[in-house]
Amino acid sequence: MSADPRDALDAASIEARASDWVIARKTSEDWTGADQEALDAWLAGSMAHRIAYWRMNQAWSQTNRLAALRRSEARDKQPAPARAGVLPNMLKIAAVFVAVAALGIGAAYRLAAPRDRVFSTPVGGHEVVNFADGSSIELNTNTALRARMTTDQRIVWLQKGEAYFRIKHDSTHPFIVMVDGHRVTDLGTEFLVRRGARNLEVAVMQGRVTFDAPDSHTPSQIALLTAGEVATADTATDRIRVSKMALQELTDELGWRNGVLVFNHTRLAEAAAEFNRYNREKLVIRDAAVANLEIGGTFQANNIEAFTDVAQHILNLHVEYHGREIVVTR
Amino acid sequence: MANTPDTGRENAPPQREGVLANASELEEWFLREVLPLESMLMRYLQHNWRNESDIKDMLQDIYVRVCESAAKEFPRATRPFVFTTARNLLLNRLRDAQVVPIEAVADVEALQVAVDEPGPDQAAAARDELRRLQAALDRLPPRAREALVLRQVEGLSRREIAKAMGIGEETVKDHLSAGLRLLSAMFFSEPADFRRRP
Repeated sequence: MSADPRDALDAASIEARASDWVIARKTSEDWTGADQEALDAWLAGSMAHRIAYWRMNQAWSQTNRLAALRRSEARDKQPAPARAGVLPNMLKIAAVFVAVAALGIGAAYRLAAPRDRVFSTPVGGHEVVNFADGSSIELNTNTALRARMTTDQRIVWLQKGEAYFRIKHDSTHPFIVMVDGHRVTDLGTEFLVRRGARNLEVAVMQGRVTFDAPDSHTPSQIALLTAGEVATADTATDRIRVSKMALQELTDELGWRNGVLVFNHTRLAEAAAEFNRYNREKLVIRDAAVANLEIGGTFQANNIEAFTDVAQHILNLHVEYHGREIVVTR
Repeated sequence: MANTPDTGRENAPPQREGVLANASELEEWFLREVLPLESMLMRYLQHNWRNESDIKDMLQDIYVRVCESAAKEFPRATRPFVFTTARNLLLNRLRDAQVVPIEAVADVEALQVAVDEPGPDQAAAARDELRRLQAALDRLPPRAREALVLRQVEGLSRREIAKAMGIGEETVKDHLSAGLRLLSAMFFSEPADFRRRP
């Protein structure tokens, strides 16, 4: 290891590279698999690289704590959480969004046809895929999808997770998202589809989509969704429920596109569940009284420490680390 | 999910001593047991080595030696191990340089006593952390501080910071990176007195 020629670099240069890497990793909006590979390769280069990276990463984590405390202070002063930094940007993006969360993981999907492309992100991952037709799909954490983009077909199968679709509308070739037997068809649109453990959610930020379950045994419902509308499908009954969502709620739900989670009087249990979607370390809250405490503010999705700091210093809870479990108790 | 870090080893002893470390265990160990010694190590090196520009490289050498050894087997007690490594490195350098008599390192023994003192009170450290962070931020160059505050306090994206500061995204990264390096020195290298009582 010491024989690695890169060891010849002096400590200051290695440190500079390490801090560049940490900043790139922590502030990138589209950290790709290729980026991670480059980082891994650099880290594998020598022990000195790894140590410098650990050290810089630790320093960065310490600055996260400042953010967590500041936001909580802001929240205490003012009922509305400190989301001002994120919101204006989100409003600019604003469009259509559709969230879908699905029951039953075992949805039968066939072997991918050769022309299909498969995209996926690991836990904590975030990736944007651009297509030749001008459409793009943004994959959130722990997401997998298969895309068939040909001259006569545009179909995406969302296998798990959540994705944001910005679709170049083409009335002769509708863009279709299939998710656990349900179909979302764009009518010129931006929307979010989330396939969760219990249900499907489709939320529209801009334009319109139709949402139905074409192969359902029960008579199929077709819902037309316009901007600001959210459809939730219970896959057990194929019932589709449509509700209006405030624009702010919609933009909050899309915080992940900027790498943040936005909470507003959110139950601690729900906030923990959101963090757990993005991180390998898992927050565990067993005490019902603790689970019902409320939290507010904007957090970096990959920053569990910000959460545990608020739990410890603001809510006066205990935080214990057991391997990858982080147990929060009174 | 409920796995402890010990899972996967047969009859794992309560201490990590004598156990082959995987990468994340080594990182955890380094951050928990070695990094907090940095300010003391710096003091020791600065005291025994006149040429300030060598210190950073020497610190890196010590860290690499300590971690490469720990990757094979965690030391029984981290502090004495780290400082013995530091002393050996220092002695070698002095021999190579042939400028300073070896006796110059003699007071390592005196320092070893301080090394065995208990670490700072964790709870007190946590309470002081916010003030310490603010104090550290205040000492940064204005542009680096601005970029860090916009990012870590306001939660802005790199693009938004670039717009707010009227600079390019790459320059934002440079400011953040430079700021982070300075902060790391303040957090880890400066005397514990500063860190405990800002």
